[in-house]
Amino acid sequence: MARKLPMYKAISEAIAQEMERDPSIFVMGEDIGLYGGIFGATSGLLQKFGPERIKDTPISESAFIGAALGAASKGMRPIVELMFVDFFGVTMDQIYNHIAKVHYMSNGHIKMPIVITTAIGGGYSDAAQHSQCLYGLFAHVPGLKIVVPSNSYDAKGLMISSIRDDNPVMYFFHKGLMGLGWMPSPEEAAVDVPEEPYEVPIGKANVVREGKDVTVVAISRVVYEALWAAEELNKEGLSVEVIDLRTLVPLDKDTILNSVEKSRRLLVVDEDYRSYGMSGEIISLVAENGLTLKSPPLRIAYPDVPVPYSRVLEKFVLPDKGKIIEAIKKMFS
Amino acid sequence: MAELQKNELLSMYRTMYLIRTYEETLGSIYYEGKTPAFDISAGPIPGELHLSSGQEAAAVGVCMHLRPEDAVVGTHRAHHFAIAKQVDLKKMTAEIFGKKTGLSSGKGGHMHLFDPEKNFSCSGIVGASFPQAVGVGIASKMQGKDYVAVAVGGEGAANQGTFHESLNLAALWKLPVIFVIEDNAWAISVEKSKSTCLGRNSERAKAYGIPGVYVDGEDVIGVYEVAKEAVERARRSEGPSLIEVRVYRFRGHFEGDPQLYRPKEDLESSKAKDPIVKLEKDLIRMGIVTDSELANIRKEVEEKVKDVVQFARESPYPEPEEALENVFSGR
Repeated sequence: MARKLPMYKAISEAIAQEMERDPSIFVMGEDIGLYGGIFGATSGLLQKFGPERIKDTPISESAFIGAALGAASKGMRPIVELMFVDFFGVTMDQIYNHIAKVHYMSNGHIKMPIVITTAIGGGYSDAAQHSQCLYGLFAHVPGLKIVVPSNSYDAKGLMISSIRDDNPVMYFFHKGLMGLGWMPSPEEAAVDVPEEPYEVPIGKANVVREGKDVTVVAISRVVYEALWAAEELNKEGLSVEVIDLRTLVPLDKDTILNSVEKSRRLLVVDEDYRSYGMSGEIISLVAENGLTLKSPPLRIAYPDVPVPYSRVLEKFVLPDKGKIIEAIKKMFS
Repeated sequence: MAELQKNELLSMYRTMYLIRTYEETLGSIYYEGKTPAFDISAGPIPGELHLSSGQEAAAVGVCMHLRPEDAVVGTHRAHHFAIAKQVDLKKMTAEIFGKKTGLSSGKGGHMHLFDPEKNFSCSGIVGASFPQAVGVGIASKMQGKDYVAVAVGGEGAANQGTFHESLNLAALWKLPVIFVIEDNAWAISVEKSKSTCLGRNSERAKAYGIPGVYVDGEDVIGVYEVAKEAVERARRSEGPSLIEVRVYRFRGHFEGDPQLYRPKEDLESSKAKDPIVKLEKDLIRMGIVTDSELANIRKEVEEKVKDVVQFARESPYPEPEEALENVFSGR
């Protein structure tokens, strides 16, 4: 039976169901126990599984994220949460030199079944150190799978797939999608979620709106901005296809290429920084595959500035429906 | 208390009362536009807001010894240190309101206050202050000056690698740094006893061969005395010190925090340890001030807070395009 769930509940339900199935799964992180995760992703887990398997940690990220590696090497399947993606600077070495590389460096002899979860995204004036996306940074490092769900159905299925995966998976949830009540979230992000466990495959994008005139590739919260833009443009006779990537690594190249082959126009929308990231990657993919376009590919991403605090400044730089409509109209002018 | 002059005691009282009034005022403005349903992105002060009510004595007791050229590197909860370090309160408030007239014209916000004139800065990243203060200490030493650096961190931050790395480096190079741990007993929802293997972080100073003192932040004079020694020692080039101040978090970790994790008794017993009430009582008991002198100070402070809030409210927002400016300096 499916019921409508906010994303945060879908995530904690996925973790709980997997923990019931597999005693080697445990969770560590700051405020993930008693508090249930600052963004609710571990709500109710402490009550269900107790402090041995749901471990509140000190603010010692290098220690508890590095410890996930050690535990994984001995057959445990740790899930570790670090509250905001902005905080990863303090533990990067354990992630990008170790967790990401141990499988390769050991020539496949050591597996790293670790899920690292974190909150991303801005739009609520939390400024430069609490609003970034940064998934592009992690996608750049070989060895990490990158999952970024945009609704509660995908959130549950992708969490289950992430836990069952023998590779390190970084799982990014956007604060503005979680359905927390105190943080604005599109209603569309809370969808029907089956009660029973199920998987959404890692590496498979989703065509969330079909269209023929232009392909918009998006991920996470800006998927909704793209959908809202598509709805408006539809009134003007433009047929917009919207792809929700859901996963950055591995990237579902086929879905992107098939769509662009049909539409011959491409817009990439990304809340992460513009340069050296997802938007450039998707456009390169299309260029490398020799697809000829009817107009130059465009991208709307975070301009290369840190996230400003003041509402007027942040609104100016955040990708949104209006900017998407403007870009698409430009393609047809 | 004997060595403190009346004007110094009153100055401490004034600053503590200013901090409290300021924080409680922001604490109520914060909810404007956020009711009935709490929406973190709405209102004149959007985003997270971490207030320091109850922790005044740590800031005031330490900063009384500082000069403008001394640096304070604060945390995500830094208004009290900013005020005690005499950061321009109009500009600071305007920044918190996201206004053009703010310290950073609205780019920084409440967790990222920068006042180079007063050598004050802070950060939203736990444990970030320690190494930065070490760097200020290096500069002081290399320039042959006697300015000092204060690194502030919560008791939660004392479990960060940066804390231990910085203590070692500052001790090794005998740098003029004062490490101040504000122990408010809670790292958001995690109690100190559940995060820290020792009861007192000040004990950790032993591992680095430097002085470490634990002091109760209900008593600003006690903090003042401990800080005096640490600052003087730093100025004499005798190296760093570690001070842990037991402070009391009167409000949530951030505004809107329901604090379901916190026993009611803990909040009540914390509020009973009010450093402002204690100083008031002490001053009157010792016959140093009269009730009406204190009342005058309070009135003057309340006017000041009204003024700065009015300034912030009436200031214009920045132009949206300014978001693209100042990523880099000219060259």
